[in-house]
Amino acid sequence: MSEHTHHHHDDHDHDHDHGHHPEPPSDVEARALALESLLREKGLISGEEIDRIVSAYEHDIGPMIGARVVARAWTDADYRQRLLADPAAAVAELHPSGPSATNLAVVANTPEVHNLVVCTLCSCYPWAVLGLPPSWYKSPPYRSRAVSEPREVLKEFGLELPSSVRVNVWDSSSDLRYMVLPERPAGTEGWSEEELVALVTRDSMIGVARPQAPAGARS
Amino acid sequence: MIDREVADSLPRKNGELVFEAPWEGRAFGMAVVTHAKGVYQWGDFRDRLVERVSEGSTHYYRDWLNALEAVLLARGAIEPDELEARVKEYKELRRDPVF
Repeated sequence: MSEHTHHHHDDHDHDHDHGHHPEPPSDVEARALALESLLREKGLISGEEIDRIVSAYEHDIGPMIGARVVARAWTDADYRQRLLADPAAAVAELHPSGPSATNLAVVANTPEVHNLVVCTLCSCYPWAVLGLPPSWYKSPPYRSRAVSEPREVLKEFGLELPSSVRVNVWDSSSDLRYMVLPERPAGTEGWSEEELVALVTRDSMIGVARPQAPAGARS
Repeated sequence: MIDREVADSLPRKNGELVFEAPWEGRAFGMAVVTHAKGVYQWGDFRDRLVERVSEGSTHYYRDWLNALEAVLLARGAIEPDELEARVKEYKELRRDPVF
């Protein structure tokens, strides 16, 4: 196991680089800036109030990036190859304005292999694609048991794997953060990328769940 | 803070809210905070939002921001002239960003 630098999660602060915009904001950005600055001046809102609302949802920025990456990999074999070979570049292809996903590694589930991600020492997590880690991911029981008894842990998450499926556990570090590329659910043939995105859950990209096609999915 | 009626208007995928850029989160937050302070009735905002979305627009938060501007202008919380002047200042980089 490689050394974990205890980098913890001061790295999920989003860089805004504000105050020295090299380029003018887009029209819609300018309108949002104008509206917020006026509402602040009038005392109708404070920046902190908006900050609180936004940060309450901030973690939701993340999982959608991962979900889009997965759905694209399901529908485009070339993209899938690029994603496995150079994850950071493949993520940037779909989300050029997002946080850089350097140190990301993508491990693909197959009918024979199921992948599970953990950080045994702390809570290293591919936040650029998945947002902030759920609290259980940071808990000591998950961090130890995901390694010592992964099948039991998966069962507790409601995922019972046949004994023929091998479970690979990947220990993340700040130098290498893993994300699971789950298998595309059966019965989703012909689905659009947008429809597929909606099936990809955060938990399926950590490896504690599998994306499920809704019952009665059209095939 | 976000009641049922408000929650139903929010875009959800995976059952979770989605912002793709900082301004989207700011637009969302401004609507929630000004509503919570009683600056406007949620229904007035929602009707405008539904109208814009149903016109077949392609960007949910652009419509959101547009509907919020409209409802705040209608309530007299801001004036059209000052808004357009402020937008111009930002476009011309004559004012420091607030987010």
